[in-house]
Amino acid sequence: MATPVLDKADATPEPGFADSPYITVTFRVRRFNPEVSAEATWQDFQLEIDPKERVLDGLHKIKWDLDGTLTFRRSCAHGICGSDAMRINGKNRLACKTLIKDINPEKPITIEPIKGLTVLKDLVVDMEPFFQAYRDVMPFLITKDTNEPTRERLQSAEDRERFDDTTKCILCAACTSSCPVFWNDGQYFGPAAIVNAHRFIFDSRDEAGEQRLEILNDRDGVWRCRTTFNCTDACPRGIEVTKAIAEVKRALITRRF
Amino acid sequence: MKIHKYDTVIVGAGGAGMRAAIEATKRSRTAVLTKLYPTRSHTGAAQGGMAAALANVEEDNWEWHTFDTVKGGDYLVDQDAAEILAKEAIDSVLDLEKMGLPFNRTPDGTIDQRRFGGHSRNHGEAPVRRSCYAADRTGHMILQTLYQNCVKEGVEFFNEFYVLDQLMTEVDGVRKSAGVVAYELATGEIHVFQAKAVIYASGGCGKFFKVTSNAHTLTGDGQAAVYRRGLPLEDMEFFQFHPTGIWRMGILLTEGARGEGGILRNKDGERFMEKYAPVMKDLASRDVVSRSIYTEIREGRGCGPEGDHVYLDLTHLPPEQLDAKLPDITEFARTYLGIEPYTDPIPIQPTAHYAMGGIPTNVQGEVLADNTTVVPGLYAAGEVACVSVHGANRLGTNSLLDINVFGRRAGIAAAEYSQKADFVELPENPESLVVEQIERLRNSTGNERVAELRRELQETMDANVMVFRTEQTIKTAVEKIAELRERYKNVAIQDKGKRFNTDLLEAVELGNLLDLAEVMAVSALARKESRGGHYREDYPNRDDVNFMRHTMAYREVGADGTESIRLDYKPVVQTRYQPMERKY
Ligand SMILES: Cc1cc2nc3c(=O)[nH]c(=O)nc-3n(C[C@H](O)[C@H](O)[C@H](O)COP(=O)(O)OP(=O)(O)OC[C@H]3O[C@@H](n4cnc5c(N)ncnc54)[C@H](O)[C@@H]3O)c2cc1C
Ligand code: SF4
Ligand code: FES
Repeated sequence: MATPVLDKADATPEPGFADSPYITVTFRVRRFNPEVSAEATWQDFQLEIDPKERVLDGLHKIKWDLDGTLTFRRSCAHGICGSDAMRINGKNRLACKTLIKDINPEKPITIEPIKGLTVLKDLVVDMEPFFQAYRDVMPFLITKDTNEPTRERLQSAEDRERFDDTTKCILCAACTSSCPVFWNDGQYFGPAAIVNAHRFIFDSRDEAGEQRLEILNDRDGVWRCRTTFNCTDACPRGIEVTKAIAEVKRALITRRF
Repeated sequence: MKIHKYDTVIVGAGGAGMRAAIEATKRSRTAVLTKLYPTRSHTGAAQGGMAAALANVEEDNWEWHTFDTVKGGDYLVDQDAAEILAKEAIDSVLDLEKMGLPFNRTPDGTIDQRRFGGHSRNHGEAPVRRSCYAADRTGHMILQTLYQNCVKEGVEFFNEFYVLDQLMTEVDGVRKSAGVVAYELATGEIHVFQAKAVIYASGGCGKFFKVTSNAHTLTGDGQAAVYRRGLPLEDMEFFQFHPTGIWRMGILLTEGARGEGGILRNKDGERFMEKYAPVMKDLASRDVVSRSIYTEIREGRGCGPEGDHVYLDLTHLPPEQLDAKLPDITEFARTYLGIEPYTDPIPIQPTAHYAMGGIPTNVQGEVLADNTTVVPGLYAAGEVACVSVHGANRLGTNSLLDINVFGRRAGIAAAEYSQKADFVELPENPESLVVEQIERLRNSTGNERVAELRRELQETMDANVMVFRTEQTIKTAVEKIAELRERYKNVAIQDKGKRFNTDLLEAVELGNLLDLAEVMAVSALARKESRGGHYREDYPNRDDVNFMRHTMAYREVGADGTESIRLDYKPVVQTRYQPMERKY
């Protein structure tokens, strides 16, 4: 019972199966440890690596075999936990979701901490201001007590679909730390907080949309966004961040959501 | 060193820890200590769903769910606990919905449900749609929703605090929990948390395997801390190998893929599960499917140049269905393998996934000091615990359920206890064990490297105590682990600093993995039968006469300081269901 698909797969080596000789790459990493020096420096590491491996695998090779002092956050290693957003070749990405072969291994690969948040050590930044902005938009479902369902509350599939995109956020800060407005003014809520406000404003079950809109109507709210699309490009979850911000702006004008 | 005082301290901010925190914070002054930011916890990686017999799409009831759980666990499940799990599942899902969880919906607007391995209608008649889900991001939605509600309730978190020791004080001949010792990553400072009640919710320990769906941070810290203080670990030989991990990487592709109609095929394109499980086929329970895959591979029907994997075939499913129901896992295949699941099958192999065993508790989440005695003030819930609702093999979607049902129960029980109990005095120099451990590692001039020992540990575990085990392979593992534990004494680290010293913490985590790997192997050696996730080729049958009982492993220290493991056994609670042969 061979399916045509499998015949095809047997005939030609499928992607991911091709022999993968190790190549030599240079990781150029931004180092900073105030216990050692007040200055940040660049350090080069040469690695033998399979180009189909992740940038995170490369960082692990450095940490585990070359220099145990290299410091970064990571956990899941497959783009789900949001720990390892960093600037890789000048662009915000998750190290665990970026394969070496996709970022031109011929040239040194530069790796820096994300911008706009205080660097604490090497690639580790202070995430507290980021989470504070998130908490400020009241990121939780608010319903009037009288509407508490006795059994199951219904929501139509269309209503559920309305805010699907923004439920995917993993709070990695790739968007916020790629935003030029945020770099210049840390008071700006930043795209991630707006994304998470959007997730509730457009949830048909939520009854605090007005309150959230007022918070975002603030001097440091949505109006600071200059639609540079950096955030959308940076988002590892493929969320249309700029579109979400635009929808919040529109809701502020029309008061319809 | 800093000393803090809280009524209730929760260790871990995954699903179990945050579900407990929501309850405990309402009732007592609570602190949550977590080595990761809460939203980084591995609950967020869970994909497929959470089981509850809502009967939204077809007939179902909690009794069928209880039966499936007991049968899935190969009758090692404590049936009273399984009944609670299945009964409270329904409110547990509805509670999450009220908290805001965006479940997928049916055309009627109710919570949609899909099929999952081992869940059946009327005691095994046919697969049933019992898994409540949000695309293939159910764990992500649970973790986000619980964190959102923690923000709402004002739960107090200590982020990037690593709990490294459990404090015990003897009061009138009874050993009680007095608190925990934690290491703050940002500063290297040691913190002692005195607490009336402590809840461990620190997750699994899958990182002692190489091919695993578990995060780098799942190193069994909670199990190890409690075990080192002389408390038992239950059923550690039972570890689940999920059938469909991405080949060589171990990244999980949810069973929901087969629930949506995905099919496993060998190199001849044959749907081989029909041979092994005529009724449930690709949706038989995980231990059965994982063994079938390896049987295919061993008998020469594996795929690829080395014949070391099989295919998960989704190509017959409409692309719209894949996009709507399985968006994340299809993206994993594209990102990490360069494979388009619309048109090409995905190479997979079993991946180390879930610890059925852990810290023994009763159904209130109270930790046991032996088969029956409760440790006052100590609780555990989630993957770190063993209630036991999963027995010898957990059913898919029953863990997200477990963390919610028993996380909630533990949170309530612990807070109620701390409302009426007094603080127990801290032992003298409460921080001493942790300080000693950290200083030893920091000052060591030995020549062993953490990464090398971990690699060797993972290789021996994959080779010897995975899906198939024999006396010989387990003994090989036991010896290798003993060697690694010796060499661990000479481990040195390069980072000697205080600030964000992850080099140091990886060394500590390796120590935990080594301790737990040893418990697992020793427990597996003694269980001379095959049951659920523990399959002994030299004892291929289940032996209810001798082994219908839980393993309880204790750390013993001799007068001369030598460590050993003492095994004891605990009866299984049986209520309605008599053990039967397990067929799917
Ligand atoms: C890829 C994948 C998919 C899965 N899919 C499903 C599914 O579809 N359905 C299902 O039912 N189950 C599924 N599971 C299983 C389920 O997700 C887990 O068993 C469950 O989420 C564990 O939750 P937890 O709260 O016990 O632990 P975790 O979510 O792992 O949380 C552990 C917490 O403990 C903290 N911690 C750990 N050590 C320390 C320490 N020393 N000090 C302080 N804090 C510490 C961590 O910071 C973290 O917050 C899946 C598992 C995986 C790996
Ligand atoms: S919107 Fe995207 S980039 Fe921004 S925090 Fe969320 S997941 Fe990260
Ligand atoms: S390590 Fe989890 S997102 Fe990269």
